Amino acid sequence: MQAVLRKRDDRMAGWLFLLPVIIGFLIFYAYPTVRGVWYSFTDYSLLNDPAYVGADNYRELVGDGQFWNALKVTAYYVVVNIGSQTLLALGLAALMHRLTRSVVLRAALLVPWLVPNVTIGLLWAWLLDPDLGFVNHLLGVVGIDTTLSFNSPTWAMPLVALVNSWAYTGYTALLLYAGMLQIPQGLYESASIDGAGEVRMFRSITLPLLRPIIALVLVVSLIGSFQIFDTVAVVYGGKAPIPEARVIYYYIFQQAFTYFHMGYAAAVAMVLVLVLGVLTAVQMRMLRASRSDLG
Amino acid sequence: MLKRASWLALIAALAVTVFPFYWMIRTALTPAADLFRDSTALWPSNPTLINFTRVLGLVSSEEARAAGGSGAEIDFLLYTANSLVYSGLIAVVQTLCCAMAGYAFARLRFPGRDLVFGVIVAALMVPPIFTLLPNFVLVKQLGLVNTFPGLVLPSLLMTPFAVFFLRQFFLSIPRDVEEAATLEGVGRWGMFWRIVLPMSRGPLITIGLTTIVWSWKDYLWPLLVGKAEETRVLTVGLGVFLQQSPNRAPDWTGLMAGSVLSVVPVLLLLVFLGRRLVQSLNFSGMK
Repeated sequence: MQAVLRKRDDRMAGWLFLLPVIIGFLIFYAYPTVRGVWYSFTDYSLLNDPAYVGADNYRELVGDGQFWNALKVTAYYVVVNIGSQTLLALGLAALMHRLTRSVVLRAALLVPWLVPNVTIGLLWAWLLDPDLGFVNHLLGVVGIDTTLSFNSPTWAMPLVALVNSWAYTGYTALLLYAGMLQIPQGLYESASIDGAGEVRMFRSITLPLLRPIIALVLVVSLIGSFQIFDTVAVVYGGKAPIPEARVIYYYIFQQAFTYFHMGYAAAVAMVLVLVLGVLTAVQMRMLRASRSDLG
Repeated sequence: MLKRASWLALIAALAVTVFPFYWMIRTALTPAADLFRDSTALWPSNPTLINFTRVLGLVSSEEARAAGGSGAEIDFLLYTANSLVYSGLIAVVQTLCCAMAGYAFARLRFPGRDLVFGVIVAALMVPPIFTLLPNFVLVKQLGLVNTFPGLVLPSLLMTPFAVFFLRQFFLSIPRDVEEAATLEGVGRWGMFWRIVLPMSRGPLITIGLTTIVWSWKDYLWPLLVGKAEETRVLTVGLGVFLQQSPNRAPDWTGLMAGSVLSVVPVLLLLVFLGRRLVQSLNFSGMK
């Protein structure tokens, strides 16, 4: 039967099946990638033609304090966001796994993921309004004498990070939960007969067997986390954020579409490509080194 | 004891997830004049629907201004329709095109196949903003800014992720049916449309749903290419509404009404297709 399949000539059919995807890929992925690299070596304001300037943009970038600040701010955001989101999601998934299989509960936890980040930013800008925000009201009620605000240099980035953790924890928890369902129930039963408590079982069964899923979830959410833009664009009322919240995506956006430094923006985007490339490569190595003990 | 604490923690997580949405609805039902007085009330003293009718453009601009609006033209009915067209069109066409490609990559044998697939997968590593800048230039040069084609074209035919995902899916389904069909002389084209697609309806709907959700949330691209009234999607509409709103005292009741409108359609999706959506989040099946 294999022989029958192999004898067919799929050449014609193969390329026809691929045609729409190849057209889309060449025009909107391959061509802009080449063009983006080219722009990063030019002076280009959208109005004139790109003029080749060699590595000038990259030289400028090395001495650009705002660029380094944007990298730093983004790294801070990513650490707080991924750290809090992954830990909370892991806890949430473990609770669900040991307590309930309810689809309604899972669907409810998924709601923030369905909602545009723009809406989420607006909602939290309102909840954290310095005068009328309900969260700040609650803080007052429990006796905490701090007003949380996106305009506070200290709180800006942690708040944006936590808001996005709020939005994506449920989704991440469901991914981890799906992984936990793959762990044979028998392991928990025999551990429990041997007298192991829930905490012990989480550490000795759930965590080690879930390692590959955790790693995969980390790779995907880390790359996503670097692309923080919408929330920052919204919580400052559609105006430029304070420097403490000017993340790399926003900086690129600003250079390209506020100052029309297209070439420079492309160079900054190139750096982001490199950073993400290195991070992904490192994570992939770790991923390969952490096969599940289930095999 | 531990069990009770665990349930409490789970319920607390649920409350933290859901309460902000309750507050969104509560605020949307509050008259702008009561915003200050009701700022801590769990239910508005004088609930009203005026915030919804005014952001949907159903009342005259004098009435809207009297109810707290800035007086600027705002039409969330149109933005919702635009969002539905935008995300629906992308989800349907992209899923079909990527399913065709995914099938070819998984099942057909022809020279160059693995090279092309490798190049597409490599594009997964490129962050969207990198291609976004030149794509904006391209759409501008083609004169497609503020048109629907300009808005949808870049993601209409494919994303590397969808191609990758669907190829993995087609690799995972058994070959028996196709082999039987081949013996009966069914061609590749007929096999794909008449046998493989109907067989894979469930997973395809799941992937289509995920694409709908992602395009529904899109902001940066539509902001750059479709800011004009006729092509404005919901997220961009909310952003423009926010910008027009006075800085010191934003029109929170109107903004929350608009926000509710951006949640309702995806919530309906969740209510009707929740089980499928929830079950789609299974990474472990995606090796």
